[in-house]
Amino acid sequence: MDLINLVFVFVLAIFLGFELINKVPSTLHTPLMSGSNAISGITLVGALALAGSDNELVSMLGAAAVGFATINVIGGYMVTDRMLAMFKKKEGGDGK
Amino acid sequence: MSTEIIDLVYIVAAILFIVGLKFLGSPATARKGNAISSIGMAIAVIATLFSKGLNFELIIGGFVIGGLIGAVVARKVEMTSMPEMVALFNGFGGLASLFVGWSVLMATSSPEIFFLVTVFLSILIGGLTFTGSLLAYGKLSERISGRPFVYAGQRIVNSGILLAVLACAVLFIQNPADQNWLYLAVGLSLLLGIMFVLPIGGADMPVVISLLNSFSGIAAAAAGFAIGNILLIVAGSLVGASGIILTSIMCKAMNRSLSNVLFSGFGTVSTSAGPVIEQGEVKPMSADDAYYVLEAASSVVVIPGYGMAVAQAQHVVKELQELLEHNGAEVVYAIHPVAGRMPGHMNVLLAEADVPYDLLLEMDQINPRMETFDVAIIIGANDVVNPAAREVESSPIYGMPVINADQAQTVFVLKRSMASGFAGIDNPLFFKENTRMLFGDAKETLGNLVKAFD
Repeated sequence: MDLINLVFVFVLAIFLGFELINKVPSTLHTPLMSGSNAISGITLVGALALAGSDNELVSMLGAAAVGFATINVIGGYMVTDRMLAMFKKKEGGDGK
Repeated sequence: MSTEIIDLVYIVAAILFIVGLKFLGSPATARKGNAISSIGMAIAVIATLFSKGLNFELIIGGFVIGGLIGAVVARKVEMTSMPEMVALFNGFGGLASLFVGWSVLMATSSPEIFFLVTVFLSILIGGLTFTGSLLAYGKLSERISGRPFVYAGQRIVNSGILLAVLACAVLFIQNPADQNWLYLAVGLSLLLGIMFVLPIGGADMPVVISLLNSFSGIAAAAAGFAIGNILLIVAGSLVGASGIILTSIMCKAMNRSLSNVLFSGFGTVSTSAGPVIEQGEVKPMSADDAYYVLEAASSVVVIPGYGMAVAQAQHVVKELQELLEHNGAEVVYAIHPVAGRMPGHMNVLLAEADVPYDLLLEMDQINPRMETFDVAIIIGANDVVNPAAREVESSPIYGMPVINADQAQTVFVLKRSMASGFAGIDNPLFFKENTRMLFGDAKETLGNLVKAFD
């Protein structure tokens, strides 16, 4: 894809991000951070292709990137889920 | 799988990320949102695995090692340690982007200028995110001193390093065969991360983690430009925008500009310069006497700070809340945006203790009705309830929005000793007529209160 399209998408995504995140209540800011941490692990997708290069150094760097990005993805989503599972509402929360 | 199909899957993944973030708009749907977002990630990764020429041995190795570490950390981490974990993960994200930028550069034989620029951006941002986050992790987990480290000419040194990285970029772009400029740029980026977090500490840590969170997203977007992958750009920008918003919320909550946070080394400010503020007599109170006040109270507001996390007092707070409610009192919690070491930290700790989230009120909701509360209980918070922010113009925190705890009928301050808060500023609240100090470990004091009720 050519440069201008990438920049176009980049700018729109930033604006979309502002709109979305502004609606997140402050009570959820910690899960928002760990959840967005997981999303930034998307670098994994880029790293996968590089891990298969013929150049040994390139593929080792790619594999390391796969490892670190996977920590972000798995750890980020799991810990966010663990946190969000604890958020309960008062009315009829635990059925007592 | 053809690249068209992979691109289509990427579009679906981007939609799932967006919908997932939208569901984070309410605590009721947030968990579902996180699951939706993780499905987006899963299909993006699976689709990519179908592209040609992958080395599955290396990939599986990375998956297994990274997945295991991530899963263990996610399960084991204490809720009190969430800030350091997020800081560490930010750093890993940055490092992954640095590696992607670096390796794609080496895999390209005849690079164009735009490509080289984006590669350098992903190396620069990824590198400084990595070391900056490691340092933030060290400070937050108290492996190194959390105090800001300031020296003369800090800004000049940091600008100098940044210019040097850019100079390396220009030199390398002119002569891509000479790898030394690249190595120098990587090293300088790593150095810049350390130099940039070094002067920040203390109460400013929430700003730093938010900013590094944003950087980790922008680094991913830069890596996306470098490899021409639109999904990295979209996901990275969403995260970048999220971090920027959190950063600005944190700055506003401290009434300071971002550059002030980044360069001023707040917390080292000497308080002796200001005039002596109304020092009066501190009135200590025993837990038994406090019990009689609480028993008669019909409305109580709890204001937690990082001290509650340190004392691990959130569970006993919840016990006290139930006893007070049983006694017919209304109990709510007032959360300042910068209470704790990261945005929303207090809310997670209280959620862990089964406090319903609808009892957690924001500063703007609580302040107008503060006078109607019989008792305000301050647990391990200091600067966020400091009335000097309203009253003492010479105070370093003058103008910062605070929770007006002093306007409640009676104020209980649970505090270890008379030491000043994280920002090192005197707090006139402790000397007010309606303030009573409950000295000692917060968990113990609360435990005694709970016992008095039984």
